[in-house]
Formats: sequence, C-alpha cells, structure tokens
Amino acid sequence: MQRYDYELIGSWIPERARVLDLGCGDGVLLAGLMATHGATGYGIEIDAAHVLASVKNGVNVVQADIEAGLANFGDDSFDFVILSQTLQAMRNAESVINEMLRVGREGIVTFPNFGYWRHRLDILRGHMPVSKSLPYSWYDTPNIHLCTVKDFEGLCAKVGAEILDERVLHEGRIVNVLPNLRGSLGVFRFRRRP
Amino acid sequence: MSELTARSVGAAVAQRAGFLEPLILKAGKTLASYELVYETYGTLNADRSNAVLVCHALSGSHHVAGYYADDPKKVGWWDNLIGPGKPIDTDRFFVIGVNNIGGCHGSTGPGSIDRSTGKPYGAAFPLVTVEDWVASQARLMDRLGIGKLAAAIGGSLGGMQALQWTLQFPERIGHAFVIAAAPRLSTQNIAFNDVARQAIVSDPDFHGGNFYEHDTVPARGLKLARMLGHITYLSEDLLMEKFGRVLKRDEYGFNYDVEFEIESYLRYQGDKFAQVFDANTYLLMTKALDYFDPAKEAGGNLARALSTATAGFFVASFKSDWRFPPERSREIVKALMASRKDVTYAEIDAPHGHDAFLLDNAHYHQLIAAYADNIAEEIGAGERRLPLDLGGTELEEMKGYRGEHAGS
Repeated sequence: MQRYDYELIGSWIPERARVLDLGCGDGVLLAGLMATHGATGYGIEIDAAHVLASVKNGVNVVQADIEAGLANFGDDSFDFVILSQTLQAMRNAESVINEMLRVGREGIVTFPNFGYWRHRLDILRGHMPVSKSLPYSWYDTPNIHLCTVKDFEGLCAKVGAEILDERVLHEGRIVNVLPNLRGSLGVFRFRRRP
Repeated sequence: MSELTARSVGAAVAQRAGFLEPLILKAGKTLASYELVYETYGTLNADRSNAVLVCHALSGSHHVAGYYADDPKKVGWWDNLIGPGKPIDTDRFFVIGVNNIGGCHGSTGPGSIDRSTGKPYGAAFPLVTVEDWVASQARLMDRLGIGKLAAAIGGSLGGMQALQWTLQFPERIGHAFVIAAAPRLSTQNIAFNDVARQAIVSDPDFHGGNFYEHDTVPARGLKLARMLGHITYLSEDLLMEKFGRVLKRDEYGFNYDVEFEIESYLRYQGDKFAQVFDANTYLLMTKALDYFDPAKEAGGNLARALSTATAGFFVASFKSDWRFPPERSREIVKALMASRKDVTYAEIDAPHGHDAFLLDNAHYHQLIAAYADNIAEEIGAGERRLPLDLGGTELEEMKGYRGEHAGS
C-alpha cells in the first residue's frame, strides 16, 4: 500500500526526535525516520508477520497490543507518538488518543477519511464504501471505527487536544478546497491543550 | 554428504581451558582454579568481531551444535538454531558453547576432584551465581582473544546470563538474545525449585552432597526433581495432546503401578536424567536461578539496573510458557524501554510451553535469523552463503521415548 502520509509526517518530525510508532506495520516509517532524521524510538505492532518485517527493516519493534500496552510508558516519554492508519481499527479510539497525549509531547494521527466523496457516493448508492483507502468489504474489514475529518476534529475538542496541523490528502497531494469531501486521508498533528 | 550433515557444523570437538587465577565468587568464597570445557563452531574473523556466546540453562552443556565423531547421535542441544545456513549462521559467526562452572559436563563442578583434598568437592563446592558464570565466561573470551562479543544468546537461565553480560561487561557485548527468561524468579518458581531440591537432599543416597565417596547417587531424588521440573517446562495443552488419559493397559489396575501414559513418560524422563546428571549441579543451578535479581542492587528498579547497558536486546517469550511467561519478559522490555535501550520483543505463538525455546518454530527462528542478520551486517560479516534453514526436528524431550514402560 502506498503510504502518502509518510512524507508529510517526515516533514513534521525534527532531527533526532524520539518517536513511538503505534501499529508500525513493517517498520518502514520508523526505519525512514531513523535514516533521514536520526530518530530513535520504538514501533509497537501486534501482528507477528509485521513484527518479523520490522526486525528485517532494522527497527526496534515491540510486539504488543496498543490498547493494552501504552501503560508501559511514562508521561511525555516521546517527542512524537504516531498512529498511522491504525486508529480506525482500535476498539477504544478515544482512550488511545488520550494515551498518545499522555505519552508523547505531540501526537500524529492519520486515518482514511470516511467523508471522501466516493465513500459518500457509495453510501448514496446503498453500499458500504470500498476504495483504495478502504479496500475491505464490510464483512471482513478490520476497520471498526471509521470517521470523517470533521469527526476527528470533534474528538480532539472532546479530549482536550490542540490541533497544530491538519491536512487532508488525496493520492499524495494536499487538498485545500473542500478537503472533507475531496480528500481521502486525514493527517493531524496535535498536543495536549496547555 | 547427506542433507543432515550439510546443514550441521559437523563433528564437534570439546576443548578445555584451565584457569589458575582465582575466581572470587559472589558468595564471598574463592575458587582457586578451575577448568571450562567449551566447543566452537565457525571461524573467528580477522578483527575478532563475530563471536557469539551461547549460554546454557539448567541441564544444558557446551555441546550446542554438531555431533561427536565417535557418537553421531549425540547432537548439540541447540543444533536446530546454530549451523551453516541456520538462524545463527556459522558461515558468518564464530559460536562458542561453554559448560558453566558447577556443571557436570566437564567444567569444574561438585563432582570434580578438589586438588586440596584429592576428593570430589561434593558439598564443599561453593554456590555460584549468574554473575560468577559471566565472569568466568569473560575470562574464556580473554583466552580466545575475543575483546567484544557480537552477541550472547540464551534461553531461560541462559537468557539471564545473556542479560547479565550486558550489565557486567557492557563494553564487551554488542547484542543480547534474552529468550524465555525473567528479570528474577517469581515466588512460584522459587517454590518449584525448592521442592526439587528437597526431593534431592531428602534422598538417603544424597549423603549431604558427598555421595561420590559412598559410590552412589541420589537417583530417586534427582528423578523426582526432574519429573517435577519437566511438568513445568511443558504446557498443559501439550501434555493433554500427547498423552491425554491414555492407559498403558486397557483397564484400570486399581494399584500403584504405572497406569497412565503420562506417568510412564515422566518416570522415563526422570530415570534418564538421573543416570547422567549430577544432583549437586542440579541444586546449584536452581539456586543460581533463585538468586538472580539484577534489580536488587538498584533498589528494586530494573530500569535503573539496566541503565548502564549499551547492547541491543532481542527479547522473546512464548505464549504457552507458564514457567517463564510473557509477563516476565515484558518486565524486561518495559525496563529496557524506560531506560531507552534498543530492544526488539516478540511474543511467540508456540504450543509447547517453556521448552519451546529449544524447539523448531519457523516464526521464532525467522525472527532470530533476521536479528542475527542485522548483527552480521553491523559487523560487516556479509550475506548468508546458504538460504535460511528452518529445520524440522522433533520435540527434543520426546526423542528416545517410544512408550517404554519405565517401571515404578
């Protein structure tokens, strides 16, 4: 899968940042940040095959359930906590965001935008959306908490997260006009409201 | 050359190193001199950077890989992991297996002759700790001209030694594989160990540890200790699957003979072990396990205890292991992350219990191979010559057991 959010995330991360990548998959994002930014930190991943792929990519990967595992980290123990295209698969998305706010000085969340026009059109036609960003059928999808860009703004307000950057992408380009309609990937950077 | 020998380190040769410099032990006693038996596989490279030390657990030895020319069936206990093309690839790594002090496979131990008395040490052999083992292993590395290990690897008590290396000689180790281990034993684990010890010391043939001079061995006690230990090394599911409630005969006998298959199996294992293992070594090894607690000197704070380490860590546990369960490995990982160490952690889905660390499991071996390949790259040891071999050997404990009636 093409990860259009990685480049944007890279542009937000300063040199030598300490990074926690939640649901790090094959570890490519973290490996890239290590190579280009001198970043350090850990990837958390629950899937065994992904853990192996991460080891092959030379990142510090810890096999754990994000929703059970963040208690292991102290407050503000990372500069950035990243949740890239994983939020939609969390059972308790709100508590994961709360934990990100606690463990990291800043959080970065990316997710497929359910408000993307093709998704809306699918619904209007009477079907659950299937698209490049939501490639699963309704009956076998790991995605259980889908939201729109506006919905995520609402969650940030509720949990006391100050949004520092908000971009909506479509196939690698930033969408400035009607982003919640025309963009398929939401990318947010936020911190605890001071 | 058969498929088997093609992927083996081949005929292994046990070597012997004598040390005359006294070893001051954590217990306060001194071992005036001692010998270590060891084996090596592969070739030490020109800059002496590719050495991997294998630390053994309770019943292990220096015979880690390969076989003996005069006894081809005596295959090393981690042969599925170590060899050409195997996860720890001897085409690129120089691997060292060593029998620990206090052991019974050739290194100085309770059964060795004490030069000051001309008799076996027996009860006089001092208790040694994980720290003492690591100190003695470091001296062997000095002898072999190895300033810094690429890695130390071990499971269970062996994993504790690998971990201890990173604390005791941080500058002398690049990576530690800490597998199916714990930062210290749980109460329950100490309890199991003490039952095993009581079985041994209450055997009339134990003679307070000086059974050698009575020309006997406390075989009954050692057998019981092994039977108990063996149950805890395997998962309940595995025992159920292998033996269920299967009877040796068709009907209940209403007596105390061996009736259930599991009884026969355990007695067979116990007898086999009691014939070859030293009771004093068993006692000593279990105490070394009980004493290990690196956090103790850091006020119980494991993260602080680990803060001086500079190695990278590969930590793994097995989901069905209830003797050293994943929770215990997670304590190590949590402390390593809190002190910002490089650590990789995997929780492996294997059905066997604690002994899974010795067994074939493709995912487990792929993980070790991938991590070891990264080390090889780091030290410039190049690529694998042979494709990764993921083995296919049977469960070690079940080897040799073919349903023999062990008797009572």
